[in-house]
Amino acid sequence: MTKGILINYDYCTGCHSCEVACKKTLGLPEGEFGIKLTEVGPYEYTDKPAPDHWEWTWLPVITKACDLCMGRTTKGKMPSCVQHCQAWCMYYGDVEDLAKKMDGKTRWALLATRE
Amino acid sequence: MDYQEFLDSIDKEAYHEGEWRWEEDGYTVTRTYHYSPPGCHTSCGILLYTKDGKVEKIEGDPLDPCTNGKLCIRCLNLVESINSPDRLKYPMRRAGERGENKWERISWDEAYDEIEEKVRSIWETNGGNAIICVHGTGRNINWQVPFFGQAALKTPNISTFGFTGFACYMPRVCGAVAPFGDFPVVDASEGHPARYANPEWNPPEVLVVWGNEPLASNADGFVGHWLVPCVQMGTRIISIDPRLTWWGARADYWLQIRPGTDAALACAWLNVILEEDLYDHEFVDLWCMGLDKLKESVKDMTPEWAAPICDLDADDIRNSARLYASAKPGAIQWGLAFDQQLSAMSLCLAGCDLMAICGNIDVPGGNILLHNAFEINAGYATGEHFTPEEWRIKKLNNNFALSIDGGDFVAHASSDGLLQAIEEGFPYPIKMMWIQSSNTLSCPGMDAARLYEAMQKIPFIVNADPYMTPTSVALADIVLPVAMSAERNSARTWWTPARAMVKVADFYEAKSDEQIIVELGKRLNPEVFNQWDSDIDWLDWYLREGSGSAFATSEAADNAGIKSSGSTLFKHTWKELVEDPAMCGHAYDEFNASYNKAAKGLYRPDGSVGYGTPSGRLELTPMLYTYWGLSDTPFHVEPPEGPISTPELMETYPLILTCGGRSFEFFHSEHRQLPTMRELHPEPLVLVNPKTAEKYGVKDGQWIWIENDHGRFKQKVKLSPRVNEKTIHAEHGWWFPESKAEAPYLFGTFESNPNNCTKAFVTGQGGVGSAIKSMICKIYPVEPGDKMPYEQIAETGNFPWYKKVNSPRQDEIDRFHKAMDAGMEYEVFSNELFDPANNERFDLKTGARLAE
Ligand code: SF4
Ligand code: SF4
Ligand code: SF4
Repeated sequence: MTKGILINYDYCTGCHSCEVACKKTLGLPEGEFGIKLTEVGPYEYTDKPAPDHWEWTWLPVITKACDLCMGRTTKGKMPSCVQHCQAWCMYYGDVEDLAKKMDGKTRWALLATRE
Repeated sequence: MDYQEFLDSIDKEAYHEGEWRWEEDGYTVTRTYHYSPPGCHTSCGILLYTKDGKVEKIEGDPLDPCTNGKLCIRCLNLVESINSPDRLKYPMRRAGERGENKWERISWDEAYDEIEEKVRSIWETNGGNAIICVHGTGRNINWQVPFFGQAALKTPNISTFGFTGFACYMPRVCGAVAPFGDFPVVDASEGHPARYANPEWNPPEVLVVWGNEPLASNADGFVGHWLVPCVQMGTRIISIDPRLTWWGARADYWLQIRPGTDAALACAWLNVILEEDLYDHEFVDLWCMGLDKLKESVKDMTPEWAAPICDLDADDIRNSARLYASAKPGAIQWGLAFDQQLSAMSLCLAGCDLMAICGNIDVPGGNILLHNAFEINAGYATGEHFTPEEWRIKKLNNNFALSIDGGDFVAHASSDGLLQAIEEGFPYPIKMMWIQSSNTLSCPGMDAARLYEAMQKIPFIVNADPYMTPTSVALADIVLPVAMSAERNSARTWWTPARAMVKVADFYEAKSDEQIIVELGKRLNPEVFNQWDSDIDWLDWYLREGSGSAFATSEAADNAGIKSSGSTLFKHTWKELVEDPAMCGHAYDEFNASYNKAAKGLYRPDGSVGYGTPSGRLELTPMLYTYWGLSDTPFHVEPPEGPISTPELMETYPLILTCGGRSFEFFHSEHRQLPTMRELHPEPLVLVNPKTAEKYGVKDGQWIWIENDHGRFKQKVKLSPRVNEKTIHAEHGWWFPESKAEAPYLFGTFESNPNNCTKAFVTGQGGVGSAIKSMICKIYPVEPGDKMPYEQIAETGNFPWYKKVNSPRQDEIDRFHKAMDAGMEYEVFSNELFDPANNERFDLKTGARLAE
């Protein structure tokens, strides 16, 4: 079954924990990442009232270095980025199960890697 | 987020539930807690992976109920930090002049010998009060260093030196102890081991995030990310902040307030809630007192009155007040900005009044009044009875040192009082400074260059720190290497649960704060310290007998009803706390896990119903404020400089400068030597609105000067709409460990330091609160050939245009110096001069000759 990481990115705080947890797990040098934050904004919408008035979205992107923490997950542990995500917005599992969490109420992104 | 689903999903075997130590893939794994250094005010559960006595990996512990395995990057990057080549390895004595950064390695015994000899000779000649004992912010020095200062150095002069007006946390602590008897903290179910699954708990309906960014700061023992699950469960947000934050970007109301005017907004909220009758009548009738007087005091402070002061829209003020009042429950996450304005004590009172009249105290999802777990309360006042009375009474508090009216309610000495004593030898000279875990010059030290000049007058300075800092290079005569978390045994409360830290590694000759204190304590006051054989012995004492007042003076704490009993409610040893499978490093207590504690009689020592205040009620107009010489109703004071108080100065300095917002990468002045942190955050960034940048000709990524009538500093522009066109925001705590250590450069500690612009001796009522988040400034690009701050300071001691703010007792000080030059004597307590030549006496205050 294909595994993936689901991100409820409405709540991502841009805390960088996933990035650094991954860097340390994979032992990546300066400038390289297994997962890297992207940031859009902040800017204002003229036509959207609060609480949606501001656009300021964080979303991590997964690179080719990511092996979905095979070494950890086979032992029953969570992927390092998921385990340390401070905003409780990352999930790991079978993509079919993860897809069911996308309820249309918040913004989600499902990321899967090459197997 | 479904908490139960998360708990159920954890593979308990993979994470070794119930074990504190095990072997795994060639590593020894230790389940423990972290506590700065390096880090923050909180303690997250961690798993440390060691091999051959070295920490090689760290991860969060998903079975820890405090933070459920989540870690911020400061702990995720721990290995880089504790193995940093920049760390101090051995005790060292200064070999050249101060500032030359020349050192000779000495043994711990040699260091202790020299310190002991100096301390004893100061006791003989000047008394213990001539020693200042400085500690930094929250780590295992909160109670340890005050205890050491008072019991071993025998001085009452303990301080987080450099903070004019106690401008960090003390205003909130004391400002809450008076009306509530205790301290309010947002309830993210942190008091209960079941956390979000506690059936009694519900998230706040509305959360007011006011004057702080808890996600990055994790301040005051509270993990900011605890609040994100609340938002996921539906909590609505009001953000009160001059900067757009994560909270403001998803808030129902983001009130982009003018820095330093929060008290006006708080008074207007009180006005709306009381005038529109939105307060919780039942709660107020049952539990509060002083409503009529409070209502009368804010009756003219309408949103229309506050709007131009705060630079906000009156309707937004009114509607946000209504939203907070309508929430059942609402919670206020207050922060450092409350302490860093002239209205500090008034604002803290107004904040408490808002919580109380809306019935949000001690209810699930509101503001709960926490205690330190098991009443393990050792704090700033601990050990004060070990200072000899004759020295104790010379504590340089606001009242004694600066003649500011009012009670002595903060357990610390007054930073300005200490500065005056250092600069002027008045009312008595300072002979030694002991610094433990404070990079004074780079971080807390307001009026930075002035402090630097003053501190050079102190004959003997010892600095205990994990790193060689600008403060050590500039000023220390002896430096002592301090062990970091993972290299020391320790324990903490600061709310709940009680947590233990276990030593798993050594770093050269570094010793833990506790070890240093116990070892040196045995030399200086064997009677007290010989009851403990080791750091662990001392921790056992802390856990079981470490009572006392955490932050307020013992007298203030007693008056507020939080009397120290002399013993805690904890029944275990440190070793049991670490190893017992039922605890594995943490223990929750019953008190903090309960709600409606007033009705249950849990707040009052005699078990009676009510709160821990003199009256037993939540005092909206607290008697203690009156006793302390403060107004017992809230009011607003303008920042000392700004569009309303000094419109003419705005022509020269047209922008408002706020500063000190936290980053994920750094804890105050820590972490600057770590490659991973600097990869993410290489330089100090000043937020400038794009329109402001255009107006003043500065560009994104450009280094600019930020200048006021005191000094200037440089940071790199980050264009951002997070601040409005009138305001810029600068970072604090920057120094550059990769650069030159020797004076005058001092790792660049003055180059980017907003404290070049802050002012000692400018405080709010009672000598409390400092306006450092609401300065004014001008900005312009750094040009080649510009003189750098370190050069300007080296040339004349400060910036060429610097104007020193005098002590409120400057006239007396001048008289004092004249009299000393004329061979007269000074009597500290009567504040009289005595001329032995003709037996005449003079009142120093007035200069008048006194009748025989
Ligand atoms: S799953 Fe593992 S390897 Fe992949 S991004 Fe997360 S931490 Fe990195
Ligand atoms: S750890 Fe979570 S909250 Fe933090 S940046 Fe990554 S996805 Fe966002
Ligand atoms: S908040 Fe960050 S620095 Fe503080 S203990 Fe937790 S992980 Fe460590």
